[in-house]
Amino acid sequence: MVGSKKPWKAWLYLSPAIVLLLIFTVWPIINTVRMAFLEGYNALAVAGGKKFEFGFANFVNVIEYRDFVTCLKNTVLLCVLTVPISTFLALVISVCLNAIKPFRRMLQTIFFLPYVTNSIAIGMVFAAMFNMVGRNIGGKNELILTAGIINNVIEFFGGQAINWINKGSSEVANMTVMVIYIVWNALPFKILVLLGGLQSVNKQYYDAAKVDGTSRLRTFTRITVPLLSPMITYVVITGFIGGFKEYSSIVGIFGEKMGPTSNPYRLDTMVGFIYRDLANQQGRASAAALILFGIIFVVTMLNLYISKKNTHY
Amino acid sequence: MKVVLENVTKIFPPRNKREKEFMAVNDFTFTVPDGKLIGLLGPSGCGKSTTLYMISGLQKVSGGKIYFGDNDVTNLPAESRGVGLVFQNYALYPHLTVKQNILFPLQNLKGSEKLSKKEMLERAYQAAKLVQLEELMERKPNALSGGQQQRVAIARALVKMPGVLLLDEPLSNLDARLRLQTREEIRRIQKETGITTIFVTHDQEEAMSISDMIVVMRDGVIQQVGKPQDVYDNPTNLFVAKFLGTPPINVFNGEVKGGKLYIGEECVLEVAGVADQPVTVGIRPEGFIPAEDGAMTCNLTNLEIMGRDASVVATHPASCNPTIRSIIDGDCKIDTASATVRYNLKPHKVFLFSKENEKRIEVAAQNNDDFLTAALKLKYSKS
Repeated sequence: MVGSKKPWKAWLYLSPAIVLLLIFTVWPIINTVRMAFLEGYNALAVAGGKKFEFGFANFVNVIEYRDFVTCLKNTVLLCVLTVPISTFLALVISVCLNAIKPFRRMLQTIFFLPYVTNSIAIGMVFAAMFNMVGRNIGGKNELILTAGIINNVIEFFGGQAINWINKGSSEVANMTVMVIYIVWNALPFKILVLLGGLQSVNKQYYDAAKVDGTSRLRTFTRITVPLLSPMITYVVITGFIGGFKEYSSIVGIFGEKMGPTSNPYRLDTMVGFIYRDLANQQGRASAAALILFGIIFVVTMLNLYISKKNTHY
Repeated sequence: MKVVLENVTKIFPPRNKREKEFMAVNDFTFTVPDGKLIGLLGPSGCGKSTTLYMISGLQKVSGGKIYFGDNDVTNLPAESRGVGLVFQNYALYPHLTVKQNILFPLQNLKGSEKLSKKEMLERAYQAAKLVQLEELMERKPNALSGGQQQRVAIARALVKMPGVLLLDEPLSNLDARLRLQTREEIRRIQKETGITTIFVTHDQEEAMSISDMIVVMRDGVIQQVGKPQDVYDNPTNLFVAKFLGTPPINVFNGEVKGGKLYIGEECVLEVAGVADQPVTVGIRPEGFIPAEDGAMTCNLTNLEIMGRDASVVATHPASCNPTIRSIIDGDCKIDTASATVRYNLKPHKVFLFSKENEKRIEVAAQNNDDFLTAALKLKYSKS
């Protein structure tokens, strides 16, 4: 081989990427671990020449933080709710897309749009859709001037307008909005992957199933899903990883306070917690980041283990 | 169950504006007798697979009718026709074991046909036994050889006891040795089950060796139907003559003058009752008898001895092919040092075709003549 004769050349060509990775990925990871184990680490104090003890105080601090449970609960809840829903929907949509010929390209583009649009911007659009405009909303002398388009639709069908995200809204309503938004936002990538998988499935399997008189449902569950299982595993794992890092979508809808004005930080997540701590409690933020890493790691391993048991080829 | 195809036609619409519509199968009329093994034979793109898929229901007909027994199934979808189909590359479900693959069609049965788990397993093992797969039931398809996969596919097609078994190029993915073995296997299974079987192939040897009847197709049109030996011995046109037989038939430009057939300058055969005209002459490789004073002179190129018999490669100025190949008995002596080789011809191995439409020109009494007497006659007429 040519490469083995002059290995330095390969290193030379790789060096720009390696240098960037070292500076912006590897070093921050090492540094995060270091900061997490330095008790009460604080960048300002470092500048002042303070030395920190090695220990687990940061981790204890994270767990003892009063909002930690809320953050963890919201993060896990959003993951557990959105990943299965979006995966199932993406599966159904991609199977349908694969089955039709006219408009397929157009629909593919439409379904892919959220992927290339800024999530904060989409969040603001969603906020407007679920919004209510009026006086004292959620208060005593409530006066709704206009409700958002979603409430308009509900009212059109004779329902009661729901306070989705404004002051005084319920946690269930808030969560519903978040789930809808995150699912919708997660669909394009999943559809893309699954549709690609579907298009590489040999059509003869379906012909064979047809000749054998297989019903559509059975074809889907016994042939399509198993044949797609590697792709499904992939989108579920990436879905969980993305779900555990949920942050900007919530900011997009509820703003920096991550909750309706009456209940700030109600929808706080792990990443939200980490970001806020970055300002002056870098030690605790690092510890929280490591905890999050641990959770994602365990969940991913679990996913891989389960999917290995169910993927057979 | 017999399968009747009446004026079946398949037209594929043009894929874009520049293309014309494509007539894949043109007015196909044929009855597959009950319990027989039929080979659909033809070169690539002649519409044989399309015909098979129309019988299975995976392709819709553009015109004509298909009957299974007395039932019109023309508009029945594939699901309801109950045929067994073996695909060219088997289409075994890769995530299911051999057993699950074979069970799959049974698990689809509904209503009164529904079987209990025990019955299903019984049937699956029966089918597996028929194709000698009992040992491999727990394997996944990718852990099987090509021949074994093929047998799983056949078992899966047979397990629901279809009235018709369809095989699309069943042997094309197997190596030469396995091919021989598998085609006999297919014959055995077909005989044991008595299922009406139609298989598609472009390999004439394959079709000839196991079929009860062959249907030769070209450009969507049936050329000839019959028992393999009959079609080989009596091709109706030049295409069929060329398509059947290995090595292929030798083709010459010839002329009939006064009841005698001339190839080049030489008079090679008497052909009674044929009007004077230029003709295309087809001579089977086994139709040559080397003789020192033979009627036909060819330029010797090469002698290939293949044990049992020998193959003589020669050239002739009137030949339509670059070389002439004849199969002669291994005991025959050919002088390889000589530049020429001379042959007498076996009359029943020589076919005349019209130059105009490539149709066969019948030669009266030719087939009844003993070739030796014919050769002798020729000898006397010459001297």
